[in-house]
Amino acid sequence: MASPAPAPSPLRTSRPERPVEARLAVNRIDPETLVVRVAGRWVRDRNLPDIVAAVEQRPPLSGVRRIVLDASALEGWDSLLIAELRRLNLLCGAHAIELDLGGLPEGARNLICLAAEVPTQRVNRRSSSRLGFRTAVGVECLRAARSVGEMVGFLGETIVAFAAALRGQARFRWVDLFQVVQEHGPAALPIVGLVNFLVGMIVAFIGAIQLQQFSAEIYVANLVGIGTVREMGPMMTAIILAGRTSAAFAAQLGTMQVNEEISALRTLGIPPMQFLVLPRVIALVVMMPILAIYANVIGIFGGAVVALFKLHVSLTLFYDQLVGAVTVTDWIGGLIKAAVFGAIVVLSGCLRGMQAQRSASAVGYAATSAVVTGIVFIIATDAVFTVIYITLGI
Amino acid sequence: MDLPALPAIRPRCDLATPTDRPHIEVRDLTMAFGDNVLQRHLNFTVGRGDVFIIMGGSGCGKSTLLNHLLGLLEPAAGQVILNDRSLWDLELQERDLLLRRVGVLYQSGALWSSMTLEENVALPLGEYTDLTPRQIRELVQLKLALVGLSGFEDYFPSQISGGMRKRAGLARAIALDPEILFFDEPSAGLDPISARRLDELILQLRADLGATIVVVTHELESIFTIGDNSVFLDIETKTQIARGNPRRLLEECDDPGVRRFLTRGREPAAAAS
Repeated sequence: MASPAPAPSPLRTSRPERPVEARLAVNRIDPETLVVRVAGRWVRDRNLPDIVAAVEQRPPLSGVRRIVLDASALEGWDSLLIAELRRLNLLCGAHAIELDLGGLPEGARNLICLAAEVPTQRVNRRSSSRLGFRTAVGVECLRAARSVGEMVGFLGETIVAFAAALRGQARFRWVDLFQVVQEHGPAALPIVGLVNFLVGMIVAFIGAIQLQQFSAEIYVANLVGIGTVREMGPMMTAIILAGRTSAAFAAQLGTMQVNEEISALRTLGIPPMQFLVLPRVIALVVMMPILAIYANVIGIFGGAVVALFKLHVSLTLFYDQLVGAVTVTDWIGGLIKAAVFGAIVVLSGCLRGMQAQRSASAVGYAATSAVVTGIVFIIATDAVFTVIYITLGI
Repeated sequence: MDLPALPAIRPRCDLATPTDRPHIEVRDLTMAFGDNVLQRHLNFTVGRGDVFIIMGGSGCGKSTLLNHLLGLLEPAAGQVILNDRSLWDLELQERDLLLRRVGVLYQSGALWSSMTLEENVALPLGEYTDLTPRQIRELVQLKLALVGLSGFEDYFPSQISGGMRKRAGLARAIALDPEILFFDEPSAGLDPISARRLDELILQLRADLGATIVVVTHELESIFTIGDNSVFLDIETKTQIARGNPRRLLEECDDPGVRRFLTRGREPAAAAS
């Protein structure tokens, strides 16, 4: 047990306000001995002399066998002096010079010894060398390819979890499902409505200008109807949810990863895929088509408003033309897409969240990455769907 | 030392030795969150260069008291006096200046995870001093060497172990040569040998840097090894029930709550049977 001794360091002061009168003198008293004299107040200041530089400027250093530190006129010191002397100590070690610190106050000497106790570990630095342009492109391509693989793998795990759920073996709480439905369904209605209303108007406007040239204003209903139901409604909704829901899921799961909550689930034998991912997938695959129907109606309404005020097509006329133009197949095709987009939104969010590292910045990275992954996959999948639908003649 | 009025509830076990060089004084402090009073009528003095222990069971308000001493929380009543100046009577700027002479080691290190160890330790130096980059680098290397982390300058906190993170947190806490060092549960989550080494490091730094040290802990080993003085917070009476040197408290204090704590629950049971 250590005795409760009072701190023996009356010298140590740290008043940066006072002027510094630190003085340094390096003298060679015989061919083998160098005397370094530090005097005055050595407290934290940018103008303090550099001891190591002063010693190194005394060539030839090789002849020196011994450096004596004279601190008899030292009036005050803080850790900056210790830092300087530590470097001097390292320099002496490298040149096999004996360093005599006998003149130093005891506390200062102890600190230098303490700092020297654990030798500097030559830990292998992580390679931070810059990549060349071609290497960087290659690395990025491999990463993109891997991202597809990860997504497919994650999809597979989700399907396995879903199969377990169908057999009634999945562990997840219905409360979670309803909470996700609540937070990411009805709560998204205002933004989904606003965006789709505006998109419907934009489509109608662009079409109106072209159609007026042929006096075919009435076909604006076909344009807006088919465009919204087959493409814009599901896709805009999916992109909004990629920004809103996918980022939220990535942040939630990422934070759980940071707090080791996901490890805790695993160790209790609860597969996180079933407990965390499955309710979210089910919620969004169900919610997305419903949101898409809502988005379609609002989008078409936006188009009808433009048709009414810009092209003077009455609402009844617009409705009649719309019913003739948009088939049930169009609706079903759009809603299937929406369901798939919903799955993509959840999977990209959950995938990036589960992959998060354990640090604060990792959560932000996971959220960003989830949104990017989500949007890229949504657009790519949409392209694939379009090709399939056209080939099948739907 | 003159305590103003007698505290409303005197500690049942008062072995506090008066000091003529108070560094921190707590006068009649009441800590509360809203209407929920955590501790009231706390009175104690931390002498310059002492190792002062704040102890007590879980949930008694130790860490909250630490936050009050650090000026992070405002007392519901009473005063916290640092260097003869009452923290909450000062202007915000003056308080910041005063608190800059204080270093804290948080429970899990609280290193900034997006910065390397070198950047973590260098940040306060870069913000509050006008030292040259070379001097800052030397100081950072010294502080990391003092805690035995030479060579780990380029590591991120997530790449080192919990014990190393704690030591790196200590390096950051002593970056500005603080007059007072606060430790929140320094040995929590460390193996016995690392905890012991950290205790030795605390004592060494106290001796060499001449800092006053305040430790919040319930580790008996540490309490007896490093403590010069202490205050014991009780969760039931919501106030201090003992003050003074922990080793003397173990020998002389006859309060059952304090005894139960200091003997790891052995004594009152033995006395009862």
